[in-house]
Amino acid sequence: MRKNFETEIQQLKDELLVLGSMVEQQILGSVEALKKRDMDASRRIREMDDQVNAKRYAIEEQVMIVIATQQPMAHDLRLLASILEVSGELERMGDYAKGIATVSIRMGDQVLLKPLIDIPRMAQKGADMLHRALTAFINEDVETARSIPAEDDEVDELYTQIYHELMMFVIQDPKTIERANWLLWVAHNLERLADRVTNICERTIFIATGELKEIESTDDKK
Amino acid sequence: MTDNNSVLETRNLNIYYGDFLAVTDVNFKIPRHKITAIIGPSGCGKSTLLRAFNRMNELVPGTHIQGEVLFDGRNLYEKTVDPVEVRYRIGMVFQKANPFPKSIYENIAWGARIHGYKGSMDELVEFSLRQAALWDEVKDILKQSGLSLSGGQQQRLCIARAIAVKPEVILMDEPASALDPIATLKIEELMQELKQKYTIVIVTHNMQQAARVSDYTAMMMLTGETRSGTVIEFDETNKIFTRPKDKRTEDYVTGRFG
Repeated sequence: MRKNFETEIQQLKDELLVLGSMVEQQILGSVEALKKRDMDASRRIREMDDQVNAKRYAIEEQVMIVIATQQPMAHDLRLLASILEVSGELERMGDYAKGIATVSIRMGDQVLLKPLIDIPRMAQKGADMLHRALTAFINEDVETARSIPAEDDEVDELYTQIYHELMMFVIQDPKTIERANWLLWVAHNLERLADRVTNICERTIFIATGELKEIESTDDKK
Repeated sequence: MTDNNSVLETRNLNIYYGDFLAVTDVNFKIPRHKITAIIGPSGCGKSTLLRAFNRMNELVPGTHIQGEVLFDGRNLYEKTVDPVEVRYRIGMVFQKANPFPKSIYENIAWGARIHGYKGSMDELVEFSLRQAALWDEVKDILKQSGLSLSGGQQQRLCIARAIAVKPEVILMDEPASALDPIATLKIEELMQELKQKYTIVIVTHNMQQAARVSDYTAMMMLTGETRSGTVIEFDETNKIFTRPKDKRTEDYVTGRFG
């Protein structure tokens, strides 16, 4: 039954996965380019954002067409509405990576304040969470979707650690303030990016159960 | 829902055509001044259940029921209840518009007159046609035959005719399935007006229509060894179409049934 419709849904899921892997690549690439001070690579990451945006609009348009032509109900409707939402989240994550690339370009030939260790860890953790959250979304794996948001704590801890470390540099030598600020901005982008993974997990639970509510992070409890 | 908020209620309702158990074990309440849609695949007993609400099934020989249908708390099938009176208070509009082969005016006036209406007939005709959103289109041609109207107008004339005898409930069996999209839209908008004063129960095959017009939806399906129809899920319409509880409802509303 509804073979065409099933095919259209499958295509949308495939496109969403493609968008997800583009964004993962953008996140890891932006930090790698920053670390290596590779301006060309940073520029390429910035340019990649156009492709990410185009893909997101293409998904949005296709969802509209499927809704208009197939009049989806119940589970199908929740899935399509969630694909719209998640494609928007992915695009915003791409914007954070673009922000990191922009920092790298603005830094120009300035040397990094310190060798990057925790920032690449944050990026790796964020990209990994994104990858698993998106896989859980496609498979409607509620258990995994419920477990991932707690991992955001690790990202938050790394952020706090980086913040304190950078503040120490600034206190010892106020002339480092600009270079510290660049890195703080990068860490902040990565922290926000990981927060958005939770939104994807919320949608997975919504599709499978019809229950739409915020997953409380430990941030909120503090 | 308290009983005060429901106008009709079925209790352990079984409906037979001769020996054949067509509808079984239906227990639900129709909320007052709301639109309730009955949906489900062909042959699952939707129209049979609808007709049980105003004893219309009795016009088919061999039909009988078990259980109760309560209307404002009173069993409609008690011996002392007059089925004709029931059909005034619980009116019906059918799939195919069926105006009498009389003038537009007489289509409205006839039932009211038989029913012993003593007030101004002109006022009643105008009131009913206004309620059915037909007055402006027919006020200058009231003497023309009801059959001269378009399909959508004829259907609204039938609604006006039902309204003229001051019913509490209007049952609609696929009222728009023979109409074009514009006439359908007029009927659907009219239903939203009518529910301020009346309770509406509609049987429809068009799920988008059920989703658009109704406040509550009853999902029917054939079940059990007897393959009899029953209500498998009843809930607010927005729940039925976004997050139904029963897997069979999910399969039906998403088009994966059968």
